[in-house]
Amino acid sequence: MMPARAASEDVALSIEHVAVNFGGLVALSDLNFTVCNGEIVGLIGPNGAGKTTAFNVFTGFLKPTAGEVRYRKTLLNGLKPHEIAGLGLVRTFQRTSIFANNTVFENVLIGLHRRGRSSLWDTLLALPREKVAEGELADNAREILRLVGLERRAAEVAGTLPYGEQRLLGIALALAAQPSMLLLDEPVSGMNPSETAKVMALVEAIRASGVTILLVEHDMPMVMQVSDRIVVLNYGRIIAEGPPAAIQKNPDVIRAYLGEGKKRA
Amino acid sequence: MDQFLQHLLNAVMLGGTYALLGIGLTLIFGIMRVVNFAHGELYAFGAYTVYLVAAALGLNFFLGLVVAVIAGALLGALIEILLLRPMRSADIDTVMLVMIGAWIVMQNTELLLWGGVAKAIITPFPDAPLVIGPVSISWLRLFVLAAALLLIGASYVLIHRTKLGKAMRATFQDADTAALMGVNIKGIFTATFAIGSGLAAAAGALLGPVFLVTPTMGDLAALKAFAIVILGGLGNISGATIGGFILAFVEEIGAGYISSGYRDAMGFLIIIVVLLFRPTGLFARAERVG
Amino acid sequence: MKRALPAFWLIILLTIPLWLQDQYILHILITTGIFIIAAMSLNLLLGYTGQLSLGHVAFFGIGAYASALTTLGFDVEVFGFRVVHQPWPAIVGLFVGMVAAGISGYVIGRLSFKVRGAYFVIVTISFAEVTRLIALNWVELTQGPLALTNIPPYTLAFPGLGDYTLWNKTAYYYLVVAVGLVAYLVIARLVGSRIGRAMIALKENETLAGSVGIDVTRYLVLAAVVSAAMAGGAGSLYAHYLKIIDPDIFLFIYTVTMVIMVITGGKGTLAGPIVGGIIFGFLPVILRPFAAPAVQWILYGGLMIAIVFVLPQGIVPALERSIANWASSTRKPARAMAAGNTESRGGP
Repeated sequence: MMPARAASEDVALSIEHVAVNFGGLVALSDLNFTVCNGEIVGLIGPNGAGKTTAFNVFTGFLKPTAGEVRYRKTLLNGLKPHEIAGLGLVRTFQRTSIFANNTVFENVLIGLHRRGRSSLWDTLLALPREKVAEGELADNAREILRLVGLERRAAEVAGTLPYGEQRLLGIALALAAQPSMLLLDEPVSGMNPSETAKVMALVEAIRASGVTILLVEHDMPMVMQVSDRIVVLNYGRIIAEGPPAAIQKNPDVIRAYLGEGKKRA
Repeated sequence: MDQFLQHLLNAVMLGGTYALLGIGLTLIFGIMRVVNFAHGELYAFGAYTVYLVAAALGLNFFLGLVVAVIAGALLGALIEILLLRPMRSADIDTVMLVMIGAWIVMQNTELLLWGGVAKAIITPFPDAPLVIGPVSISWLRLFVLAAALLLIGASYVLIHRTKLGKAMRATFQDADTAALMGVNIKGIFTATFAIGSGLAAAAGALLGPVFLVTPTMGDLAALKAFAIVILGGLGNISGATIGGFILAFVEEIGAGYISSGYRDAMGFLIIIVVLLFRPTGLFARAERVG
Repeated sequence: MKRALPAFWLIILLTIPLWLQDQYILHILITTGIFIIAAMSLNLLLGYTGQLSLGHVAFFGIGAYASALTTLGFDVEVFGFRVVHQPWPAIVGLFVGMVAAGISGYVIGRLSFKVRGAYFVIVTISFAEVTRLIALNWVELTQGPLALTNIPPYTLAFPGLGDYTLWNKTAYYYLVVAVGLVAYLVIARLVGSRIGRAMIALKENETLAGSVGIDVTRYLVLAAVVSAAMAGGAGSLYAHYLKIIDPDIFLFIYTVTMVIMVITGGKGTLAGPIVGGIIFGFLPVILRPFAAPAVQWILYGGLMIAIVFVLPQGIVPALERSIANWASSTRKPARAMAAGNTESRGGP
């Protein structure tokens, strides 16, 4: 059952006729869907379905061969990563998601870069407004660390953190950049159940603060519980779209996961 | 017009040896991703070995050439085992610094052993050049061209027709997958560095008698080799060959008609222009999309 | 204790000319100091921003030549136009040198940062070599290999007190210390700020930095400009001290010297270039009676390889770590108790 067409002011991310070809290989063909403001949308699909490729296109890391990706009407094609972040669209990474050699606190400070306004001369001349600005950033950093639950790790070197906490720090980094929409790249991959529960609570808290969320995930129970709407990809196409309950019963989806036991790892 | 033909002829000879330099470096740079600052020193080493064998010891010139190439390859293997293998997991900056250190040590060793005065190598070829119509070419240069072409051909055969070459190509494409397929990556890296160094030594051995042998002759050679690799694309032997001839041609024409002082700048200008407008080189196929 | 240390070194630095008789050692201190300033500038680009630029000597040399030419004046023909410049006071040359170097940093930076990694290294070396060849061949402007000579020393004007021309080594020494201090403070302030954090982020993880909104190109170029301007200032100091400069100032070996100073001292640390600079500034002096220059360079090359193998972070971080270990081992009993308390913190 196709969802009703959303009012255009409500649309955060719109993907229209997006296709990606690598030479002769068709990774994505004619993708169309939207994410509305305030939604949590989960993108799932068997291995090799094109989720990573799609995610990279949505976040501006890969140029589509055809089609357009728009965030709140602005075309993303051809924008640089920092310009996309400037629009309010921030992503996380699955691997190398943090600045490993800096402390947790410094990591968040770096993430807060966009909020700062001091210029080179402010810095070199040690003007008072620079000190005030730095103080504000430090306050913001502490607050974000509190939100994700890492405030006791603030002084530790990020690379020494256990894996689950590193991923949390990655989310903290993205939050620091003041997103209006957050794209989470397999946020709970490799995590144990209690770490996963933490992330799920965090995702809800983030949505409650007004941020739209799109996530790619393999962990079925997690994504079914957290998402308002699920989009299912297979062989580079959307094969189903709808609320979690409907998707779980959808025969095409079931067949995609059970019937497709092919070579791609 | 006659002048142009002469320049063209010079360029062809120079291009052949430049191609050897470039092929050696493109293999090393391409397969091992090492910025080999010592490449120029292997070039100088080749020249000094020929000097040692042919001039200082008074032995056969051609023997000197052969010894130079083999010794160059062995020295390359030694450098790889001692300096590069322990650095496999280090980042590219660190490896570069090690190679800079090697470059400093090698060049100053040469300075210490041979002194800074330029050395000449006497060859068994007649001094009188061969005159064909409006152009003249010395027998030595003709021999150099022939030897270079032979070695270029041998490199091509090695890479495309032998098992070793196949393993090297596989490693270039994807070292991890090649390792899973049973390729001995360690051995391939040593072999690659040895072959590349041998080719550099060959280039030095061939050009040493043409020009003079000095301890700093490797510096410009190294930078030109990088220019050729960038022109032809990483790991691309035919690209490096063509790049070698293009560089030689640009140098000869530039020196002949524009300004001889800026002759050596041609290589650098090529590097800058190509990297800024076509970072993958003029001939490179697109790298595998990640 | 830690805070008192820099002040201690500063006092030592300031009093050296009062007791040092040997003019030759003073000369070495001055040239080493100038190279330390250049090394500090390289450290900003290489150590903090993580860009292995091996063309740094170009900025040093451009600063030197720009400063010298500003003070000597010149008369050249460019594309059919006659460009004449009357000599200006030497101290202005310092600022012209910094500006000229800064502009080159901008241009070279904008062009070079289109590529990364090994290609970036090669492009930067190429720019430096092209600069050297221009200095060598554009004889009308630079006198080529015949060198620019009779470069006048700086004259500082103190209102009410009159002019002071820096003829002797002692005066020059204090000037170098003063400029070095300013350079150190500039870098220290920069790397502790939001701008500095952005640069460090670029070294650590460029992709991640971009995704949180850091304009990669902008900060790379900014690092290049500041770094270049500082190197240009050092170049000007060098030109007005030696009073003669020739195109050899652009030789790759000087870049290598600066790189060795930064890497062995400790890249990405404030004290690294200083420690590295002192070691490699004075090593030639110590080794001179025993070893010919070629042998010295073999030792430097070997030393660099050894440090990269054994102390990859450099000397300063290794020293800091051993001091920290020593400090913690003397406070062991108290620490063990504190560790026991934190261990019982529950939860995954």
